[in-house]
Amino acid sequence: MVTYLVFALIALFVAAYFVGRSRAVASVNGEVSKLHSLPGQHGMFLALVSVVPALLALIIWSLITPGIESNIIKNNFATELGGLGVPQVEAFIRDARAMAFGGVVGFTDATKEAAAALYKTVHARSVWIILLICAVLAIGGFVWGYGKIAPPYRARHMVERIVRIFLIACSAVAILTTIGIVLSLIFESLRFFQQVPIHKFLFGTHWSPQSAFTGAGTAQGAVDPNIFGMVPLFVGTLLITFIAMLVAAPTGLMAAIYLSDYASKPVRAVAKPILEILAGIPTVVYGFFAALTVAPFFRGLGESIGLGVASESALAAGVVMGIMIIPFVSSLSDDVINAVPQSLRDGSAGLGATKSETIRKVVLPAALPGIVSAMLLAVSRAIGETMIVVMAAGLAANLTVNPLEAVTTVTVQIVTLLVGDQEFDSAKTLAAFALGLVLFCITLALNIVALRVVQKYREQYD
Amino acid sequence: MTDTTSTMGAVGRPRSIHADDAAKARLKKRYAAEQRFKWLGAAAIAISALFLVLLLSTIVTQAWPALRMNYITLPVDLSSAKVDPAALDSVNYDTVIQEALAAKIPDASSRQDRRLVRGMISTGAGLQLRKDIAEDPSMLGKTVDYAVPVDDFADLYLKGLLAAKGSVAPVQSAITLSADSGDVDIGFDKDEILTFAHASGATEGENGVLNLTSGAASLLLEINGGIIKLTQVAPAANGGAAAKGTVITKPQGTTQAAGTAKLRVIDASESSRKISDKEIVWLEGLKGQNLVESRFNSIFFTSGASREPELAGIWGAVVGSFLTMVVTLAIAFPIGVSAAIYLEEFAPKNRWTNLIEVNINNLAAVPSIVFGLLGLAVFLNFFGLPRSAPVVGGMVLALMTMPIIIIASRASIRAVPPSIREAALGIGASKVQTVFHHVLPLAMPGIMTGTILGMAHALGETAPLLMIGMVAFIVDIPGGFTDPATILPVQIFMWADFPEPGFQQKTSAAILILLAFLIIMNAIAVILRRRFERRW
Repeated sequence: MVTYLVFALIALFVAAYFVGRSRAVASVNGEVSKLHSLPGQHGMFLALVSVVPALLALIIWSLITPGIESNIIKNNFATELGGLGVPQVEAFIRDARAMAFGGVVGFTDATKEAAAALYKTVHARSVWIILLICAVLAIGGFVWGYGKIAPPYRARHMVERIVRIFLIACSAVAILTTIGIVLSLIFESLRFFQQVPIHKFLFGTHWSPQSAFTGAGTAQGAVDPNIFGMVPLFVGTLLITFIAMLVAAPTGLMAAIYLSDYASKPVRAVAKPILEILAGIPTVVYGFFAALTVAPFFRGLGESIGLGVASESALAAGVVMGIMIIPFVSSLSDDVINAVPQSLRDGSAGLGATKSETIRKVVLPAALPGIVSAMLLAVSRAIGETMIVVMAAGLAANLTVNPLEAVTTVTVQIVTLLVGDQEFDSAKTLAAFALGLVLFCITLALNIVALRVVQKYREQYD
Repeated sequence: MTDTTSTMGAVGRPRSIHADDAAKARLKKRYAAEQRFKWLGAAAIAISALFLVLLLSTIVTQAWPALRMNYITLPVDLSSAKVDPAALDSVNYDTVIQEALAAKIPDASSRQDRRLVRGMISTGAGLQLRKDIAEDPSMLGKTVDYAVPVDDFADLYLKGLLAAKGSVAPVQSAITLSADSGDVDIGFDKDEILTFAHASGATEGENGVLNLTSGAASLLLEINGGIIKLTQVAPAANGGAAAKGTVITKPQGTTQAAGTAKLRVIDASESSRKISDKEIVWLEGLKGQNLVESRFNSIFFTSGASREPELAGIWGAVVGSFLTMVVTLAIAFPIGVSAAIYLEEFAPKNRWTNLIEVNINNLAAVPSIVFGLLGLAVFLNFFGLPRSAPVVGGMVLALMTMPIIIIASRASIRAVPPSIREAALGIGASKVQTVFHHVLPLAMPGIMTGTILGMAHALGETAPLLMIGMVAFIVDIPGGFTDPATILPVQIFMWADFPEPGFQQKTSAAILILLAFLIIMNAIAVILRRRFERRW
């Protein structure tokens, strides 16, 4: 039904365009030069005023109805659902919806069938309401716009104003996204901090949320605030990030220097695509490779020299993550190194310095703020990286800085807490949002610092 | 004078601190440092290249076997006695196939053996036969040669990836058997078999008896067309050896002249591999009858996910990825380009636009998993949109891709020279007309390139989609934007977690497909850039 409505609106758009255009032409008996705006602009004006309000109404409707509909069901079956927890209620609503609109349902019972029937009638009613609203808006807009079309009418201004509003709205989406991220993270985190005090979360050293409710004798729903200490996760994240940067920073920087100052053209033609391919490989592929090849390799290596290396060691995850970041570091450093003016290099060469001396003593110091900023961005990238650590790092939170042991990271825990069956009110799932907030703040801070470093310490040469 | 001459060099120039031996050594050192530095740089590139080669070669060699699959061709009896044409739905097709297979392996008579035989073919074989009969009813009423897919462990064995290492050696002894079925005593007139048993890691019992337990390599004696698995070997009084064994395939006679029997050794012990000696013998027997055939693995490319490695396909994930990408493109492209146009062409320089700009740059650096949290909290919990649906996945990825598209589009729009705008404005075009009729078409190749690269990035993204439930196990191929679906990278993630070794190859093959899509997208971007991008 809604699909037909969308098609009808598109058809109306096209029709209104031609109607408006021909009316504009007819209003001046074909002497188009007497019109203030071009006939096409009149047509566009009519098309926009008839379709856009209806379309907006439709978008709003499709965003809010699922919630309203399930609320109606919930209220109507409040007595039947009274004793159930949140996930069961959600499963009930899902099943009812599936039964009403044709889908796979695990098992059915009378209550669900009644709910499905109600769902159907409620949905049918809401479809009729939106149909009516759309029809009124479309016809009203069309009639109003049709009456407006006249030779002196400034259709172009109207159309351009609408276009401009649309453009502004589009750029506001970026802000809305940020607001959405911040608000959703903060709200869910606040709910979490009501159950677990914030200082215990930030400074606790014991993390095992999976055991949150399994303690014998604890009341249903009671939360043990001592098992949500994120220090081990934080240390694990930093350890893996440190290993990754140990690999990526020198390699990426040297690769950038070699490509910009030493490599011959054919070498560059081969090396640049290699780095670009490395940058384009999805992280899940790196994760698979880390778990399948690199981790067993390190374990075998450790065994052969008598060291016990965990099969999900921080070393394997860190090294593979480092390789993933090499192209990132190298492309950022490349930009920075190329931004150092040639005159500095020429001056250094004129004093008799070799190329490497020029680079080490002149170019790198001049580019230092940029390089520091690139490294900070790379660190932020490594901290936020998910798939490699999910697949290659451990799940148990060990508070250790030994790279041969398995550690877990913030992102790994977010994924393990949120994948699979979940109840949105439990401290376990809310903890994931709190971790997300921490992650967001850290990466944001790193990005801002990186930006500041460049702004503050950049030397103006020109 | 003497002082001055003493400081003159051989060529008559004054010897300076820049030319003495110390200076030469210094210079040598500096040049060496220069070379070292250069080689360090080359090494950095080499490390990256080495890793790339390692990664790709691992994945390609892993994926290669998954492109083919083994089928056993069996004479399946579809006569009306077995398959009632009037009630096709109530027929147990698995039984029909299992009977055909059992007829080919007459030696498997015990219940346990029959279960092993049944396990050699895929559990989806019956379903496939049913589908094929529905498509081609002319198969009914007769016995047809029908190819059934084998089970994943049997498939791995036939591909040589499981228990492949071993040897076949002729046995010099003359051999006598006490019987031709069941547990038999075997007499050898030479004791060479003892060396084999020692080498296989047999455990030594009393009086030099060697027990071949399931922890030792398997010794299979091929004699008179039959195969006997040795379980115990002991030295005999006559300088030969006595052995005990179990008949797997019945031999034609109980005596064998010297030098004609063969001993097959499978290096991996039976307990350490997922395929038993019996299955190996039967599969080899079927292979010897030319019933095993390796075909292109069409199941992998046409079906959805499955718990059985041999039935698991990638098509469901490909369709899911496609639907998700359509949504992403439909949202991110218009909004991204519009935002770029506004910021480049219309926006006044004030705090508001400055804020938007900082925002976009920050969004581009936010970890992808945070976008997943946003999708979970806003789209699923707040708006109540369905879980695991491509439409939600597409929206999340669109928010993530938008900054990339905006940044690329802005660069491309900025690259259009002001003279174009001034000329358009000069002949009376409005600002909107100038932008949409002149600037945008010229900037389009760059915008398209940026968009395709952004989409390629989105296609490989996994973490945010895990958050919104696209990690569910979904067998059906999604038919619409709100059907539950999974996508390629998530499918790779899920398969990588499955313990069956058959899935490892599937994972690699799925990675190859994902990489192929990415390469195609990147190639299109490169071509667009080469052909249409203009330098002003």
